[in-house]
Amino acid sequence: MFNNKADKLWYGFIAVAFILPFVPGVIGGSFFGHVATMILLYAAMAQSWNIISGYCGQTSFGHSVFFGIGAYGAALAVVSFESLPWYGAPLGMLVAALVSVVISYPCFKLKGHYFAIATFAIVEIFNRLFMIWDTIGGALGLDYPILPDGWVNFSWSDTKNGYYLGALAIFILVFSVVRWIERHRMGYYLRAVREGQETAESLGVNSTVVKLSAMALSASLAALCGSFFAQYNYRVDPPMVMSLDMSMKFVLITILGGLGTFWGPFLGALVLIPLQEYTRAYLSHLGAGVDLMIFGLIIIIVMIKQPLGIMGLIRYFTKKKIAKGEGDA
Amino acid sequence: MSNFVQVLIDGILSGLLYALVAAGLSMMWGVMDVINFAHGEFLMVAMYLCYWIGEILGIDPLFSWIAGGIFLFFMGALTYRLIIKNSLGKAAMAPLLATFGLSMLLKNFCMNRFTPNFRLLSGTIMEGKTFQFAGAIFSVPQLVTAIFSLAVLLGVYWLIKKTRVGWAIQATAMDKEAAELMGIDTENIYLLVFGIGGACVGVAGGLMTTYLAVHPEVGGLFSLIAFVVVALGGFGSIPGALFAALLIGLVESFAGFYVAAVVKYVAVFAIYLVVIMIRPKGLFGW
Repeated sequence: MFNNKADKLWYGFIAVAFILPFVPGVIGGSFFGHVATMILLYAAMAQSWNIISGYCGQTSFGHSVFFGIGAYGAALAVVSFESLPWYGAPLGMLVAALVSVVISYPCFKLKGHYFAIATFAIVEIFNRLFMIWDTIGGALGLDYPILPDGWVNFSWSDTKNGYYLGALAIFILVFSVVRWIERHRMGYYLRAVREGQETAESLGVNSTVVKLSAMALSASLAALCGSFFAQYNYRVDPPMVMSLDMSMKFVLITILGGLGTFWGPFLGALVLIPLQEYTRAYLSHLGAGVDLMIFGLIIIIVMIKQPLGIMGLIRYFTKKKIAKGEGDA
Repeated sequence: MSNFVQVLIDGILSGLLYALVAAGLSMMWGVMDVINFAHGEFLMVAMYLCYWIGEILGIDPLFSWIAGGIFLFFMGALTYRLIIKNSLGKAAMAPLLATFGLSMLLKNFCMNRFTPNFRLLSGTIMEGKTFQFAGAIFSVPQLVTAIFSLAVLLGVYWLIKKTRVGWAIQATAMDKEAAELMGIDTENIYLLVFGIGGACVGVAGGLMTTYLAVHPEVGGLFSLIAFVVVALGGFGSIPGALFAALLIGLVESFAGFYVAAVVKYVAVFAIYLVVIMIRPKGLFGW
């Protein structure tokens, strides 16, 4: 639940984030602007994953499929149909939601690691099918033509404030949806299914409908992020958007921040994305792969020391404070 | 007809190799319900080890697979001590994600040190040797690898079913607390299981060096296939893993030959999904 303080924090954050691009030299075209855009995008991606896996407890490693469908939606609209991404993105979201329902319905029968491995297999199937599907570019992928700047094409080449604002819009949308769910009846259903499916069912919760709708929502939001990713990178190919590595990004950011918490995905992205971007930029002289080695090491350390992520750390300290305060009184 | 026999044999041979790669994973999963995400990277480490032993010391992988097995035994045990032990039971996916971190670390370390180039040992004893039998062509290194895989697999199965250590492993898998009450040091059993799992994949990697090129991404596909084999066989069941691996090997070679080479892994993962829908705990699972 949200008390006044959390609401203030949320609106204050949005206001600061919105004003940032209008301060000259902070966002436009700079490397910091790129990092800030990526933080917002990956936070939104992780939050979309958090709906099904954090709140509802179904750990999916298949979200890159939906992300990829969204990316291909926007890219196909622009590249193949010479139209606008504004048509491709909603279509991609719709297709992703449909695909997610079709593949999740049988998979929800599986438990634990069996579910996780089934989602690995699904990513691999989609990756390989998209690789050989030549009408949508096959293994070569789709390259964007040079388009005029502006909101119509959702494309900027010089000052990239537009991308930042676009990412911020997606971020606010996804986080607002989750905030609404948290307070709404649906949020209680999701958490009830996570804590005990049989118990929830015995109290009249239709767990299949709850899980499928959470999955569809999660998939369509992931697809929206994918459309943005395609517009931002100006190209799409299967290994980039539809691979196990991309799936793992959804998982890692959320888990590092705190699974099943509202701020977790944002905190995770706030730590991991700058780390990834700056190590990539500044450690490249040490040879290929050093940034990913450090990344891997951090994942190991976090999982050993604090598997509940940054939110777990915060809770640990606040709890300590509370306990101390009670001791004094 | 001769095509059919050839495809059948190719499928069985690669299936036996998959069985050995998957057996280690199956034991870890069966005994402590952990997925070792770095399994493919363990394989890669063994391949690099045997490649460099062959390149620098001139020892043929036909013998150096023993070194691969021993090295990976200790690496598996070390992984348990340092990573699995500390993340087990803390959060649902913690060991899986921790080993994912390990896989990133190992893969990119090899990328950094050994470049992403494909490396294949040349001048090995069995290089390029083939023989014909019953109208089919056998590749000697592949056949030897398959036979060794089967032998190691039978050895591990014997260890689990017939020795006191094996009974202790089974007891730990069934009920950890009860096993401890019976005086079994479950900590050591876990260590041993990770060691044996590592040794299996180490032997497989060493043998594969005789006919496959090693590169930093080599583990990715093998670990996915191993996951699928283990889940298809039912966790912790070595006969299940063997049966599932043969099925996967056959699907791969038949789909590759009769449909198209590019769809063979699509067929592999699709057949897995179909089977797992019918039997949600795998063919031999309970």
